Amino acid sequence: MTPFTYERAADAASALALGARSGARYLGGGTNLVDLMRETIERPELLVDVTGLFGEIEDMEDGGLRIGAGVKNTALAADRRVRERFPMLSQAVLAGASAQIRNMATVGGNLLQRTRCGYFYDDAARCNKREFGAGCDAVEGFNRYHAVLGASSACVATHPSDMAVALAALDAAVTVEGQDGPRTIPLVDFHVLPSETPQIETRLKAGELITGVTLPPNGFAGASRYRKVRDRASYAFALVSVAAGLELEGGTVKDVRLALGGVAHKPWRAFAAEAALRGGSATTEAFHAAAEAELAPARTLRDNAFKIELATRVITDTLCKLAGLRETA
Amino acid sequence: MRFVVNGDEVDVDFDPRTSLLDLLREQLHLFGPKKGCNQGACGACTVLVDGVRINSCLALAVQYQGRAITTVEGLGAPGALHPLQAAFVEHDGFQCGYCTPGQICSAVGMAEELRLGVPSHVSEDVAATAFELTHDEVRERMSGNLCRCGAYNGIVEAIQETYGETRAESDKREAA
Repeated sequence: MTPFTYERAADAASALALGARSGARYLGGGTNLVDLMRETIERPELLVDVTGLFGEIEDMEDGGLRIGAGVKNTALAADRRVRERFPMLSQAVLAGASAQIRNMATVGGNLLQRTRCGYFYDDAARCNKREFGAGCDAVEGFNRYHAVLGASSACVATHPSDMAVALAALDAAVTVEGQDGPRTIPLVDFHVLPSETPQIETRLKAGELITGVTLPPNGFAGASRYRKVRDRASYAFALVSVAAGLELEGGTVKDVRLALGGVAHKPWRAFAAEAALRGGSATTEAFHAAAEAELAPARTLRDNAFKIELATRVITDTLCKLAGLRETA
Repeated sequence: MRFVVNGDEVDVDFDPRTSLLDLLREQLHLFGPKKGCNQGACGACTVLVDGVRINSCLALAVQYQGRAITTVEGLGAPGALHPLQAAFVEHDGFQCGYCTPGQICSAVGMAEELRLGVPSHVSEDVAATAFELTHDEVRERMSGNLCRCGAYNGIVEAIQETYGETRAESDKREAA
């Protein structure tokens, strides 16, 4: 670990002032940043501890929730309002990491965690994320865990968060504060695809601080689910995950929300599948066709072609269960 | 910098790069918490901070100033075992013992989470008000602690005996 200075921010204003200094990074629970610092992949000169800020979950007038960026993952998953009104968010958080890590990790840090691509972590390998223009050893390497949607020749890494996949499906917005004041970024636009600059992972500007996430109310809390498929029953990153909400009127899809994890550089909102389903019949065939439409642009690597079939089946099966259909594709 | 470790106030100086685990082991000579993977994957370093379980290897010590830290040394002692430690002995909850201090601290933290009604990944309904400590719930809630000897069955039994229903009771309940 390279040497750094530590400051604990007493309030948002002092956090922003400290965060504007060169080489500064905000520190949440540290579960990812400290690990990356130990590997010298991250080398901040100043750590600004913001764990004392934005620790509340508050009701909004429209029936939504405002979740502070400093809320711990466990507190988020255990919050009574989240469990009743946004159960898929609680499920997604509980599907991620271990209890010990969830007790440390914050909502803001969860959004900013970096890929677990083995070539990003291995400083003997080439990685465009770690060193701009170096090349990517994952493209021709062991890439079972890598992206099938929205990747580029420069980077095929996936975003590791479960929480963010549920937030994408829930139409969440990220609130940030910077030297130029506060602004709001829809979660689906907060993370970016790698293109030729995979070192840029979000739309945050230098020194900007995440203050929270807002959740609008929804009509599908009772028919929603976060499902995660991984190599072991617990404590592993997703091969594929699906966050789904379904609102039916008779046998017709009134509203549907679908987001995928483990398939792209960002939480992948399945807009194509949603558009195919909205207003149509809620049948197994329709769910399967919508899933296939979403995966149609997928590009596979040597080891990850299975993700297309896996994602298609998990989407179809999850929607069938939410619709109460017994027969699955 | 000041900490409360196993009930005692301590004053120590250290480089900000020091993890809570290294502070406990190298400077305070508490060797219960183990440095297994040093990257949050194995849980052998688990300690309690204000009663909440965390991975001390991923924690910068400087972030935890003034907080109450409990290691396995603060839970029980030879001749005065914590009930969970006694249950681990009774149920063969270990072979080599390396992961045990982390398992014990983790399970103590888990019991508190359960008391507060925190759901888990295997909970049928996350909105339920209480959760049974079934075999599956223990396995899921303890999945952040690895045991390479594979003493998991004994670990689960020890935890269930201390904090919940036993396997026999759960079998009986499920059969009923």
